[in-house]
Amino acid sequence: MHRLRSGDDIAYVITLTCALTILALTALLVFELYKNSAVPRHQFGWSFLVTSTWDPVTGEFGALPFIYGTVVTSGLALFLGIPLGVGAAIFLAELAPAKISNALTFLIELLAAVPSVIFGLLGIFVLVPALIALEPVIRGVLGWTPLFSGPFYGVSMLSAGVVLSVMIIPFIISISREVIRAVPTEQREGALALGATKWETTWDVVIPFARTGIMGSIFLALARSLGETMAVTMVIGNDPAIHASLFAPGYSIAAVIANEFAEATGDLYLGSLIELGLVLFGLTIIINGLARVLVLSTTKKGAS
Amino acid sequence: MTRRIFIVNAALATVLTMGVASAQEVLINAAGATFPYPMYSKWFDEYHKKTNAQINYASIGSGGGIAQVTAGTVDFGASDGPMTDEQIKAFQDKRGMAILHFPTVLGAVVPTYNIPGVAGSLNFTGEALAGIYLGKITKWNDPELTKANPGVKLPGSNIVVVHRSDGSGTTYIWTDYLSKISKEWETRVGKATSVKWPVGLGGKGNEGVSGSVQQTANSIGYVELIYAIQNKMTYGKVKNAAGDFIQASLAGVTAAAAGATMPDDFRVSITNAPGKTAYPISSFTWLLIPAKIADPAKKKAITGFLSWMLTDGQKMTAALSYAPLPNAVVTKEMKAIAKIQ
Amino acid sequence: MLSLRRKAVNAVMLSLTGVCTFVAVGTLLFILGYLFVHGGSSLTVDFFTKLPTPVGEPGGGMANAIVGSAKLLLIATCIGVPIGFLGGVYLAEFGGSAFSFVVRYTTDLLNGVPSIVIGIFAYTLIVLPQGHFSTLSGGLALGVMMIPIAIRSSEDFLRAVPVSLREGAMALGASKAKTIFTVVIPAAKAGLITGIMLNVARVAGETAPLIFTAFGNRFWSRGWEQPTASLPVMIWTYAISPYKDWKQQAWSAGFVLLMLVLTINVTARMILSKRGHAAR
Repeated sequence: MHRLRSGDDIAYVITLTCALTILALTALLVFELYKNSAVPRHQFGWSFLVTSTWDPVTGEFGALPFIYGTVVTSGLALFLGIPLGVGAAIFLAELAPAKISNALTFLIELLAAVPSVIFGLLGIFVLVPALIALEPVIRGVLGWTPLFSGPFYGVSMLSAGVVLSVMIIPFIISISREVIRAVPTEQREGALALGATKWETTWDVVIPFARTGIMGSIFLALARSLGETMAVTMVIGNDPAIHASLFAPGYSIAAVIANEFAEATGDLYLGSLIELGLVLFGLTIIINGLARVLVLSTTKKGAS
Repeated sequence: MTRRIFIVNAALATVLTMGVASAQEVLINAAGATFPYPMYSKWFDEYHKKTNAQINYASIGSGGGIAQVTAGTVDFGASDGPMTDEQIKAFQDKRGMAILHFPTVLGAVVPTYNIPGVAGSLNFTGEALAGIYLGKITKWNDPELTKANPGVKLPGSNIVVVHRSDGSGTTYIWTDYLSKISKEWETRVGKATSVKWPVGLGGKGNEGVSGSVQQTANSIGYVELIYAIQNKMTYGKVKNAAGDFIQASLAGVTAAAAGATMPDDFRVSITNAPGKTAYPISSFTWLLIPAKIADPAKKKAITGFLSWMLTDGQKMTAALSYAPLPNAVVTKEMKAIAKIQ
Repeated sequence: MLSLRRKAVNAVMLSLTGVCTFVAVGTLLFILGYLFVHGGSSLTVDFFTKLPTPVGEPGGGMANAIVGSAKLLLIATCIGVPIGFLGGVYLAEFGGSAFSFVVRYTTDLLNGVPSIVIGIFAYTLIVLPQGHFSTLSGGLALGVMMIPIAIRSSEDFLRAVPVSLREGAMALGASKAKTIFTVVIPAAKAGLITGIMLNVARVAGETAPLIFTAFGNRFWSRGWEQPTASLPVMIWTYAISPYKDWKQQAWSAGFVLLMLVLTINVTARMILSKRGHAAR
């Protein structure tokens, strides 16, 4: 009896230690980010978040252009990705026969496995020239808005947004398809019995039922796109300024860290880049927290 | 049974030796300027063939070279802009010793452009370049450009300005030149490896800028001469202090260096040099070597490389469109190698 | 009777969803095809056996990057899998309520940390104190990224093992530890292995954490304390260069990397579907 119990205890202790390691690592990560950004935090305080100058020469650093670029490109990614993703999820969950649905979903999930540097490669060599060729069309249709004004050089927030949308679509499709499939058949049957068309059933009954799960998938996709580095830095134009037009170049937090980290001299410059990392980390915590809450409430409802 | 032991032992031996560096080879890590990268990669390759020294150079930009050598994560750095007094002091404070500058080659920075329909070499005045990069000259058919290029049909399209997004000695040379030409540039932007650009797109490294210019119509960028030549890009002539439009060449760069007096610490600027044939945007480029190298094998390899570079290495420069150092500078440097302890 | 308008809306919207799917699937096929044409068709043996040549000299390959990536992944797996797996065992088998919630939340958090921030973390933790870039620091960065995925997938697959199996073992007198290690884990074996495979495939393509840890190396990297070249970083460096042969190599490397990642993914999923798993 004694031997049995100590075997259990050993297993318990070892696995517990590993679980604790996660907590320790994360705490250490936050601590390192916090500690190494001490200089700019003391110097700039909260104004770091709203200053739009980024000048290594004079030592003025502000996070606003990067927060702007990150939010705009991710926002555009969602704007393009949600309709495409949810649309495809509906097709795969409701319309396609099971074998085809599984096969296609398999292929789409492979898209999630493609390394981001490859998206970057295709971004510079395929997407940017394609957008340059399409520019007259886009400008013709949307040029009246300030969002599509000004000169277009190919590398821009638009290109970054499009690349990001392609990268997040698999996440939206995969999770949304699962939650849609999990909606009880009675819901559908009820609507159809009342005379609704397939589309009306899907849009007015099934989707609302699966709503929180879909929203959870969107938040997870958002979290992924906020931190995306390589693909963005290759197509965004690397300009630390705020422009209204999507045709203009921009800069994201992850991209500027990747570009400038190796050469930052001095505690203020390096610390400011690390503080940007802290800001990004903070953004990700908030988004993940919201996603978690949403997905949890879906699980409680038993729809997943 | 014995077979199993043998296999286990062999596996163990393999794994263990993976963790042990080969006794013969010395690996030296360096990082910095992209400007001389084609030259350095050839030199380090040739030197490796001669000795057992592997010099692993990462072309991350002059700013990166200065930052990493100061942090001590690389054995030496490289930069096209000499370190400023503050950077030297920072190095001293952090590492407890001095940092030595060793010029390696001379190069030129050229304005390269991609204007559909314009194939030849355009003339640029310093004022034109400063105006373009300040964002004040926005169209290719601006008078400042057309008057220097009679007979060339310049389009009315907007100029797409490309600059470096990383900390760059090439930027240092370019902004050093513009600061000498334009008071407004000097006060508004200044000269440094990384500045706040009034306008333009950022490209990473000489590679990124030349790539961007190649892919973007009506763009202008500044790159090291070799990148423009190797990629068959069009680059313009620049007006020098004597008033002549000079195309960058080894002769022009050597002429620019001829007039300069080399100080003992080797930090000197030769942009906008006097001389009829001098090319105005020329510069030395330096290796940044800590004054004390603890590891004897590394010290031998690095000092050995410096002597080799100043003798055999200098003979290889012309083939890659870099100008060799003036003889007086070589002699002075050979003596300075002794300063490395 | 259905109005024409409702019928039309029905037809249009449903077709649109088909279009969306077509776009998504088409993108993947386009990526595969493009990489094959530009990278795969010009792949030579040299690519796998030669070291990089000086800038501007044609020829040369990425042999050191391939080996470098392998070494990095080896370290990452040795760090990430044990910690992640055992952590998953804890959550699945010993989990209490509040503490487990905290662990899961933190795992999700760590999972969501951008890879570039993990790179900074490894830089400040290992590179700066050690004073040099190394394979070890790169491997650690990748290992940290593997941990949350390993915990999540281990927990999911362990939980999927039917309670009856556990109860049977305990009824026969086995202790909890013995049950876990001799009954539950073997039952979840397929899922656990595929989980590791997918995890490795995911970090194999990561670039950002390696730029300031493993750094890069033109030569063979010996041991664990030297900087090393890796496939993703080489792709990035070569892709933004202006040299035609470097760009060509970037495509070839991209193709090799993609094939590697996709092969692992496809194999893993095939193993899983054969076992008819329910949990993901």
